[in-house]
Amino acid sequence: MVLRGVAKPASYLILIAASLFFLMPVYVMVITSLKPLDEITLDQMWTWPSAIDVSSYSEAFTKLAPNLMNSFYLVVPATLLSALLGAMSGYVLSKWRFKGSEVLFTLMLFGMFIPYQSILIPLIQFLREIGLYNSIPGLIFVHVVYGIPITTLMFRNFYVNIPDEMIESAKIDGANFLGIFRHIMVPLSLSGFVVVAIWQFTNIWNEFLFAVTITTAEQQPVMVALQNLSGSQIVQWNVQMAGALLAALPTLLVYILLGKYFVRGLLAGSVKG
Amino acid sequence: MEAARTEQSAAGKSSVKRGSSDRWMALLFLLPSFLLIVIFVYGFIGWTGYVSLTNWNSLVPDMSFAGLKNYVFLFSDFRFQADLRNTLFFTILFIGLVILLGLSLAILLDQKIKGESIFRNIFFFPMALSFVVTGVVWQWILNPSTGVNLFLQTFGIQPKWYTDTNILAGFQWGQIEFGLPAALIAVGLAAVWQMTGFSLAMYIAGLRAIPDETREAARMDGATEFQIYRHVILPQLHPITVSVIIIMAHISLKIFDLIYSMTGPGANFVTDVPGVYMFETTFRGNYYANGAAIAIVMLLSVAVFMVPYLINSRKGAS
Repeated sequence: MVLRGVAKPASYLILIAASLFFLMPVYVMVITSLKPLDEITLDQMWTWPSAIDVSSYSEAFTKLAPNLMNSFYLVVPATLLSALLGAMSGYVLSKWRFKGSEVLFTLMLFGMFIPYQSILIPLIQFLREIGLYNSIPGLIFVHVVYGIPITTLMFRNFYVNIPDEMIESAKIDGANFLGIFRHIMVPLSLSGFVVVAIWQFTNIWNEFLFAVTITTAEQQPVMVALQNLSGSQIVQWNVQMAGALLAALPTLLVYILLGKYFVRGLLAGSVKG
Repeated sequence: MEAARTEQSAAGKSSVKRGSSDRWMALLFLLPSFLLIVIFVYGFIGWTGYVSLTNWNSLVPDMSFAGLKNYVFLFSDFRFQADLRNTLFFTILFIGLVILLGLSLAILLDQKIKGESIFRNIFFFPMALSFVVTGVVWQWILNPSTGVNLFLQTFGIQPKWYTDTNILAGFQWGQIEFGLPAALIAVGLAAVWQMTGFSLAMYIAGLRAIPDETREAARMDGATEFQIYRHVILPQLHPITVSVIIIMAHISLKIFDLIYSMTGPGANFVTDVPGVYMFETTFRGNYYANGAAIAIVMLLSVAVFMVPYLINSRKGAS
């Protein structure tokens, strides 16, 4: 009991210290992005800006706006299409299993753990061949394809929880494959769809390797453009931090508004069926 | 009677028919995903493997057979040896810290803490960020002439962070100095900041799955809180630790964007990793066959962990 009396405040102390560690980069980003350039001296890094200056945001925004738009054009269709494919294959692999479907599922899952470097050279050759290299549709295609394993896994796990009896009685009532999908599976897995969509949105928005190898200049999504900001000769830290915040904002907003679903997606990624 | 029988058989027949058309629909539903995975995952891995055995080390594809030449080159290459060392030490450091921090925070949050959800949200949010954003921000925070060093200098310490070229506990092995490159600690800090949320979420889910009765029973037996964790709860979290290790290991083995945006290869390749080397040699240097060989080594290193884990995990599920 005495020990407990000490343990509680100590727990809070450690948790608060840990919170400071996790929030510190946000503090640095925010104050640095609000400073005028002449206050971005090395020894003033932690001090609050003397006056709030949003010019770094307007500068970062002018530089990143086209790329932010590219990211939106990429993320929305890629998320929807990969969710659709995942719902379709997840439905079959959970409710219409056949001999060998479990092995097939495991083989599909392996696709989400491979280092994408191991498919990148043929992928780029292929995209050049079909004329989608250096284009947003090309990137959409890539994210749809390599999103299949995770979206299939997530949908399959949602569908498994829908009782087989419901499917059976629907069959007796005359519902066919498509009818069961449309009238039972889809309506019952709407929250599952939200989890998958948030997960894909976040991952595709944040992705870098495909983006930097498949697109150049005008076609690049925002993460590549952000990385390029630091490649310039004089590093304007205030502009860079404003840019980092702008680039992170969409996924941060999604997390703040729908964090519960995001964490469910996070846990789904550790496999287990 | 007769009519009833024919009606019945007709019904039976149509349900068989419908059953088989359903099966065709099922196949049709699965086919696009199946074909895409077969071609773009397995087919392309095979193609990369083939490229790694050719002489294609310039802009013009040269598919003549080179045997294992590219692999022999890599394993005797200073940069690749440094990469293997860095990956090994980075992985150990990263996984160790993510587990330690994630588990500690999960246990603390398990103590019926007020504002638990606020703390959780603070620890989780970096997971929603891009590694590129993390890299850009931590490059500034750990900049040796500013950042946290402004605090540390009052204690008389000035770590060089990611610009440090020292190899801790290093000794000469092959072409490289084997040991923990000090610069990797800086990269590790950023990676831990970003990924601890994952292990924390896993452990919180694990702790919640342990029924209260289990703890109550141990308490009745006179166990202290510490003993309950040590002997009752931690052993039950073991499978979660295995999952966290595997998932974090595969992230660490293929890490690219964080290092590329935070430090690049570093002086003497102290922060270089196979992912960065592959990218630079293939897409900046046009050494496609070498790049393919690096990619295959990366794939094999991930597969060694991932294949047994997947098979086990699937077995447990079905």
